[in-house]
Amino acid sequence: MTTTAPSPSVTGTAPGTLLDFRNVAMQFPNGTIALRNVDLTVNRGEFVTVVGPSGCGKSTLLRIASGLEKASEGVAEVDTDRIGYVFQDATLLPWRSISKNVELLAELHHMPKAQRAAKAQEAIELVGLKGFEKNLPKQLSGGMRMRASLARSLTLEPELFLFDEPFGALDEITRERLNDELLRLFVEKQFAGLFITHSVSEAVYLSTKVIVMSGRPGSIVERFDVPFPMPRDPDIRFTPEFAELVGEVSHALREGHS
Amino acid sequence: MATEALVAPAARRGRIRLRPSTWWQPVVVFFGLIGLWDLIALYYDKVQQLSFLVPYPLQVVEVVFAPKALLKPGQVAPNPSFLSQLLDALGKSTTVALTGLAIAIVIGVLWAVLMAQAKWAERSFFPYAVILQCIPILALVPLIGNLFGFEFNSRVIVTVMISLFPMVSNTLFGLQSADRAQRELFTLQGASRWTTLTKLQFPAALPSIFVGLRTAAGLSVIGAIVGDQFFQRGTPGLGVLIYVSNSRLNGPGTFAAIITASLLGVAVFLLFGLIGRLAIGKWYDFT
Ligand SMILES: Nc1ncnc2c1ncn2[C@@H]1O[C@H](COP(=O)(O)OP(=O)(O)OP(=O)(O)O)[C@@H](O)[C@H]1O
Ligand SMILES: [Mg+2]
Repeated sequence: MTTTAPSPSVTGTAPGTLLDFRNVAMQFPNGTIALRNVDLTVNRGEFVTVVGPSGCGKSTLLRIASGLEKASEGVAEVDTDRIGYVFQDATLLPWRSISKNVELLAELHHMPKAQRAAKAQEAIELVGLKGFEKNLPKQLSGGMRMRASLARSLTLEPELFLFDEPFGALDEITRERLNDELLRLFVEKQFAGLFITHSVSEAVYLSTKVIVMSGRPGSIVERFDVPFPMPRDPDIRFTPEFAELVGEVSHALREGHS
Repeated sequence: MATEALVAPAARRGRIRLRPSTWWQPVVVFFGLIGLWDLIALYYDKVQQLSFLVPYPLQVVEVVFAPKALLKPGQVAPNPSFLSQLLDALGKSTTVALTGLAIAIVIGVLWAVLMAQAKWAERSFFPYAVILQCIPILALVPLIGNLFGFEFNSRVIVTVMISLFPMVSNTLFGLQSADRAQRELFTLQGASRWTTLTKLQFPAALPSIFVGLRTAAGLSVIGAIVGDQFFQRGTPGLGVLIYVSNSRLNGPGTFAAIITASLLGVAVFLLFGLIGRLAIGKWYDFT
């Protein structure tokens, strides 16, 4: 694992806080207040999902976590330099083949050619894109492009994975399939996740913890622990317990919105 | 797992070839235009009695390929033949156009890269690209002539001035076209300015660079011809040939030179379109 992290824990599943937001607020230079009083932690082994109305500051939250934006108030600590960031769009470079796209991040980190090619190949197989290495992004479906985007982040072996509504643009079936893939990767690779979505059932299905935010300026209105064990059985989606939790989260979302 | 359908790349294959229903339409128009031209020539010949103003299409072909047919009894064929003068002029103008174009590409891309570095750089330097575009070149002719002579160099300078703007503006637009998320992807990995430029901005700019290049290529021919007519010393190009033929009342020769100049413009335009398609057609629908 990392050598730079002051965290005492060294194994992936051991408790240890990877992301710690304390009383974070965000006001943009133009005066827009996007976040208020946000306390949030993501520990190793956790998959935390944030749901909230559009424009409440969810993307801003991730941007602060990734370092793209600096919180205007409070403390935002991230205890790893291996962060994966998956954007809403696949953001593949259209002139690069899938394998070259997946290699990109390692390339930007000056990893030797042979090594990054091997890493990319491994990641491509992990997300089920074997056989499409030579294709250009425009020759793939939206779901496959998103897989490539996931693979690209996986090459850096992130300890903390940030997802900004990655499956929002996909159809329901593709989305559910990618949810299962993501859960498998989560169990296998043991990264911690902070995931943003508009879909409450996706949130409950994927995560160990669901956080509900209010409308702008976004603040956390409720937290739910998701009790279902990992690895998760796809059929839990059809159990009454699952439906009940989805109902509770939806309710909190509606309360926070009004 | 990966069961989503692979979109067949065959979909875009059709666009390289001309669609079967379209090739003959321009041909019909072509013969229509020739016919119209013939009628106009007839009018100038029979009604106005000024046949040198608008020669018959056939005479234009003859002046190039069969000059003897146009000779009146007792006249001798010009030496060198009109065809060899025309080819010489074509060669000279092509050299001027391509030299000017090459210089415009280098200056244009560097200028745009400079401006893409920061908003203040763009604000400081873009107005000059616009001003360059607005200068009436004719006003500068005496100045350019005095400074750089009335031969090759000045013609190239005029060509550069005429074809620079589309290179600058299209390259700049292209460099700024990478979307925010793509740029942030590079930022997140701590990529340097240079890395971002070479691995993201520049490839992303290629489609609009080629659009600019194609436009600039067409303009470079205009620049070469115009420069030729401004600066008449040195080896003559098509511009001079048009001028001289016209002043000698050689209607067919004037027309032949004008048509050659136009064909040069079209050829250069098509050539750079083709180069663009070859370079980026694989990932970008370059039309
Ligand atoms: N750079 C910025 N300057 C000013 N305001 C901004 C900036 N970025 C975001 N905002 C504003 O902050 C608010 C929160 O934006 P953010 O993108 O975080 O919302 P979101 O919850 O991700 O929305 P969505 O669900 O639609 O993606 C919005 O009102 C947005 O207009
Ligand atoms: Mg967002």
